[in-house]
Amino acid sequence: MFSWILFSEHNAHNAAADTVHAAADTLAHAAANGEHGGDENLFTRLLHHIYDSRELELPWGHVELPHFHLFGLDLSLTKHVVFLWLAAVILIVTLSIVARKNTKNRVPKGLGNLVEVFVLFVRDEIVVPNMGKAGLKYLPYLLTNFFFILVMNLLGLIPYGASATGNVSVTAGLAIIAFFMIQISAIRAQGFGHYLAHLTGGVHWALWPIMIPIEVLGLFTKPFALCIRLFANMTGGHIVILALIGLIFVFKSLMVAPVSVTFALGIYMLELFVAFLQAYIFTMLTSLFMGLGMPAESHGHEH
Amino acid sequence: MLDINPGLIIWTMITFALLVVVLGKFAWKPILQALQAREQEIAEALKKAEEAKKDAERMMQENKIAMDKASNETARLIAEGRAMAEQLKNDIVAKANESAKKMLEQAKDEISREKDAAMSQLRSEVAELSISVAEKILDESLDGAKQKKMVDKVLQQLQKN
Repeated sequence: MFSWILFSEHNAHNAAADTVHAAADTLAHAAANGEHGGDENLFTRLLHHIYDSRELELPWGHVELPHFHLFGLDLSLTKHVVFLWLAAVILIVTLSIVARKNTKNRVPKGLGNLVEVFVLFVRDEIVVPNMGKAGLKYLPYLLTNFFFILVMNLLGLIPYGASATGNVSVTAGLAIIAFFMIQISAIRAQGFGHYLAHLTGGVHWALWPIMIPIEVLGLFTKPFALCIRLFANMTGGHIVILALIGLIFVFKSLMVAPVSVTFALGIYMLELFVAFLQAYIFTMLTSLFMGLGMPAESHGHEH
Repeated sequence: MLDINPGLIIWTMITFALLVVVLGKFAWKPILQALQAREQEIAEALKKAEEAKKDAERMMQENKIAMDKASNETARLIAEGRAMAEQLKNDIVAKANESAKKMLEQAKDEISREKDAAMSQLRSEVAELSISVAEKILDESLDGAKQKKMVDKVLQQLQKN
């Protein structure tokens, strides 16, 4: 019953809704397998598409990913690890080509120009305003942060793709690195003694037992917020798209399809924007937090 | 959905760290260097253009001054030439006038001289004629009427001459 709906759907909107078809595929599969499951089954099937998994969905079928353990840790490859690496490979290949072209061309054009726009943006609008000239030595880290997150976000928008940034473990990994970068830049800029003194908040020693835990907690809340923000934003958009397409199956009617697909297309556009926005926000906030620990002429600091 | 997978965190951190190292070496360094080189080049080119503009302005100023000077010089030369020509003209006219006057005077002198000469000649001729008339009168011892006629005739002849 669902297969013909899927078919006409496919013909009508094959370009934009391709991502969604992978979802619809699993949905149809679910519906065919267990008619008894109902809407709850549908919803778990929807979420399955966002969740990490041990297998890779490809146009010609499913690929089981290898498992392995090391030092008691489960380091098995998952779908999101694959997309993590795919993003890294895309970046290394693209950016080294761009680097070669930009070194050769006096005036960059095409892809080189596009990359340079973002590089300039990160340098002049994010790093220098937040961290001053001293922040330029952290520019490679922040640039990598921006481009890596951007590419991972965008990979979730292509058919059979998945957003690794829609997984809280991935954003946690990025946030842990951001945490260390924030502490390292602060210690390097202020010296270790001054860094520790900063944890007391500059209050009377009698208040230290209260102040120090608060300040220490403050160190962790910033990266924690980074982690959750990115994860929630990337997951949210996917859920909305899948839910809109799911409506077709909930109502069991083709009449809902034009509405669903139109709205899903709108959300898709929004997600495209959010992919850039979240990459920017993560980088900007990391840079801001690093800048807060770096006493510089460019931003007001009480010490 | 919020369950943490430590393996994935570790993979993320390893991948990211490697990516920072690899991109730092093969992408960001050359891209940023090219960017900086170009920015420097543009800044220098702008500075040079500014200098060239200043130079051009200065040269134009100089040219203008030179042209002003030249045009002043020309005007002065023209005025001088005109004054000289005027002077020359006046001189020539004056000289011409003077020589004309002189020639006129000479002519007048000549005329008066000629006149004087003619007069004296006339006078002597008249005297001669009177003498000859007187001689004739005396020779022929004429009567009153005849005498008068004769005198008239002589006078008429005289007038004719």
